[in-house]
Amino acid sequence: MISIYSRYFKRKHLSAVLLFLLYLSATTLISFAISSDAYASGETATLVAESPELSPGVSKTDQGLGNRLPFPAPKLNRQDYPRIGGISSRSIVWVVAQMHLFFAAFVLAVPIFVLVIEWIGVKTADERYDDMAHECMKISMTAYSITALFGGTLAFALFLLYPQFMAYMINVFNAQVLVYAFLFFAESAFLYLYYYSWYAYRYGNKKWVHLTLGLMLNVVGTTLLLIANAWVTFMMAPSGVDDTGVVTGSIWEIMRGPLWNPINLHRFIANIAFGGAVIGAYAAYKFLAATDPRARAHYDWMGYTANFIAILAFLPLPFAGYWLMAEIYAYSQQMGITAMGGILAWLFIVQAVLIGTILLAGNYYLWSGMSRTVGSERYTWMIKYIAIVLVTCFLVWVTPHTLILSASEMRQLGGSHHYILGPLGIMPAKNIAVNLMLIFTFLSFQLFRRADKEVTVSWAKFGNALMICIYVVAIVNIIFAGVYYGYFTNTVYKVGSSVTQVVSTLVVIIAGVTIDTLMFKGAKKLPSEWGKVSNRAQYALFALPIAFTWLMALMGYVRSSVRTNWHVYTVMKDNSADNFIPAIGYAGNMMTIVTVLFLFFVLFIFWIASLSDKKQPKPAFLGGSD
Amino acid sequence: MNSFSGKTQHQQSGSVLLKVILFSISLTLVFTLVANLLPQIEGEAPVDEEIDLGALTMESFVALGERTFTGKGTCTLCHNNMGRAPDILQLNMVDTSSQRLEDERYRGSASSVEEYLRESMLSPGAYVVKGYGKKGSGDTESPMPIVDKAPILLSVIEIDAVIAFMQAKDGNEITVALPEGLPEPAEEANAQVVPVTQAPAENAEAALGKYICTACHSVAGSVSPVGPDLNTVGDRLDRAQISQSIIDPNAVVAEGFFPGIMPADFAQKMTVSELTMIVDFLANQKATR
Repeated sequence: MISIYSRYFKRKHLSAVLLFLLYLSATTLISFAISSDAYASGETATLVAESPELSPGVSKTDQGLGNRLPFPAPKLNRQDYPRIGGISSRSIVWVVAQMHLFFAAFVLAVPIFVLVIEWIGVKTADERYDDMAHECMKISMTAYSITALFGGTLAFALFLLYPQFMAYMINVFNAQVLVYAFLFFAESAFLYLYYYSWYAYRYGNKKWVHLTLGLMLNVVGTTLLLIANAWVTFMMAPSGVDDTGVVTGSIWEIMRGPLWNPINLHRFIANIAFGGAVIGAYAAYKFLAATDPRARAHYDWMGYTANFIAILAFLPLPFAGYWLMAEIYAYSQQMGITAMGGILAWLFIVQAVLIGTILLAGNYYLWSGMSRTVGSERYTWMIKYIAIVLVTCFLVWVTPHTLILSASEMRQLGGSHHYILGPLGIMPAKNIAVNLMLIFTFLSFQLFRRADKEVTVSWAKFGNALMICIYVVAIVNIIFAGVYYGYFTNTVYKVGSSVTQVVSTLVVIIAGVTIDTLMFKGAKKLPSEWGKVSNRAQYALFALPIAFTWLMALMGYVRSSVRTNWHVYTVMKDNSADNFIPAIGYAGNMMTIVTVLFLFFVLFIFWIASLSDKKQPKPAFLGGSD
Repeated sequence: MNSFSGKTQHQQSGSVLLKVILFSISLTLVFTLVANLLPQIEGEAPVDEEIDLGALTMESFVALGERTFTGKGTCTLCHNNMGRAPDILQLNMVDTSSQRLEDERYRGSASSVEEYLRESMLSPGAYVVKGYGKKGSGDTESPMPIVDKAPILLSVIEIDAVIAFMQAKDGNEITVALPEGLPEPAEEANAQVVPVTQAPAENAEAALGKYICTACHSVAGSVSPVGPDLNTVGDRLDRAQISQSIIDPNAVVAEGFFPGIMPADFAQKMTVSELTMIVDFLANQKATR
């Protein structure tokens, strides 16, 4: 079968290249038309206008604005914000925007790993991959409609409740929003083509056409993500405008603000982890509901694959987050401190609880999954030690620096900083804890992958010894860097030591994947039985998307709150009744509302997906056997 | 594993759906509980004060500077004891400024303490304290924002008030002049008029609100971990001690808290009746009421 596909391998490039060129040409032409007509180049634009009036004796063209008037950011009063009764406008937008983002993240992520799974199916000639990829897309189709519905509702809500803000944003991004609309059409076209041609283009040369459609779907989807990210990062760190908000740069200068790429990377990876987790929940739901052992075996395998995707994408996420925060600090120390050390600092305790839940659930699922194969007996003794490390690190991570105490408790304790817990509440201790949790999660993953294999290469002992050395050196390095630089040197070195720790963790992950790939090439496969896993393990697959969803809502609250009382930071003030940072309790309640809403929509999607598999038997009164 | 045996597909699906919903909502509520157990602090947007120049005294001008320093100016976000920037409240800024003017690393054009303090806010790169520069700049670039630019947007009067506060807080001579003429128009239309000379509060709760005690202390329904909890202060302090802790807060500092955090000028700001009302109120704050 592989050889059949190989014959088509060269020919597949043709369709891929042609479609890709077509797409690039279309977007480039549109972008060029916009930038040449509506925007000035960075060199010619030197506007300092305070008002829409043109400077005396200077034409619009001289000012580099084409046919646009300079449009400074409006300065609004409280009464400029329309209200619907006594309802908080921010709360309305909060719920709708968050729902749109959840579904958008899901529908942009699923085609990415679906394409990879489909391609693996082609490479391995195993049709189970192809069927699973198709099933994932089936779920994504309903989610796509819901994304669009919430997107439209969000746009209406913003134009209704924040009309001047939207007028300003539209002025800044101008015809770029039409590119977004065009891409949305393209996304829909590729999505429907990709899904509905699945079985029509399943074999031979047509399969490569189908894969190309999947590639195009992802290219367009990722471009949509990048454009939407530009709006968000412009609000956080505006570029291409002057102090008054008047556009002075090209659309490219407006888009490529200092936070654009960090957010792009962070969201891209996080979306994949989130999408994998939701698909995992679907598989768990189907597994638990199935009465047929074959169906249970299929959904067990699907749940495993989805969890694999979610955890694999999740592991590098803290590093992308680290880059984002570093760029936020570089852009504005004030903004960075507001996020990490100011009023928002407490919510990182909640973040620790959420990420701890994700890692513990992910690990528990891997340990439970090892029961599928007899080969796992070689490694099960290690599980309790991994569990001890994970729980200890989790406890360190959630330890707050300042304790919330009554006056009498504080008197007994001798202050709000406990003499033992105090040192565990600061960043060096938490950096050690996080990195060790990631390393030991990778160890669980590695053991799980090895459980159903028996190594056959001659250098197995050396490979294992090397792997152990890498683990030991990395763990010692993480602890030493955290303790020595964290507690015995000044602040500059404290921050610098976290880079060493991150590198140590990455080395373990990269070395582990490389060594295992080489060492288990041609390894003997031990018998394993899909479906032989506990029901409890399936609930771990539900814990993952619930924690992911809540976490996304939490980090969205942080990202949005660092702008404090600005719609567009330093450029357009927020003078609405909601221009304060809400307390974490209120925000937490909002996050729960959106998470539960999302849960019910997702269950609806699962139900719809199951409904399409059912066929009502012909009733007896119509001549059927029922 | 065998929970599905004996059930129809329909019954199995319904049972699973219920369990999944219960499990998911329970987990969500755990996260909600954690969020609600943490200190509940709101980040209020800064409010521009319209200053009544006719009623302005040097004392109230210094008080305006302190409010600006801890409030709208967001100076304490970095200038605190966390090591992010020099802890200005612990430094005698007049002496420190004089030393910096003599330093060979100084690149500004100020010739007096007052000019230096103004320059340090409007052109922070003129002198960057060692160890506090932007990463990779070798302490030649300051990470401090320019205070009359967004997002801080201090007015000339507010900048002068901060200088007056910097000079007055350690008992130094105030060289900055009181503002004259018409006040600058407030930039924001929702600016609130906060007269420098306010009417006396009518009761203890109003007085606690007027002097923003609730921002740092848990008292009268507020929750804040910054200062000692005052909900049971009557159990541990008598009226004289409470009175002393308001008038001279650094005389005896509660264990676990730092000296110098609580403003020491309430004796100048409060009326006698306000002080009496607050002391009476706090003395009655007991666990066994």
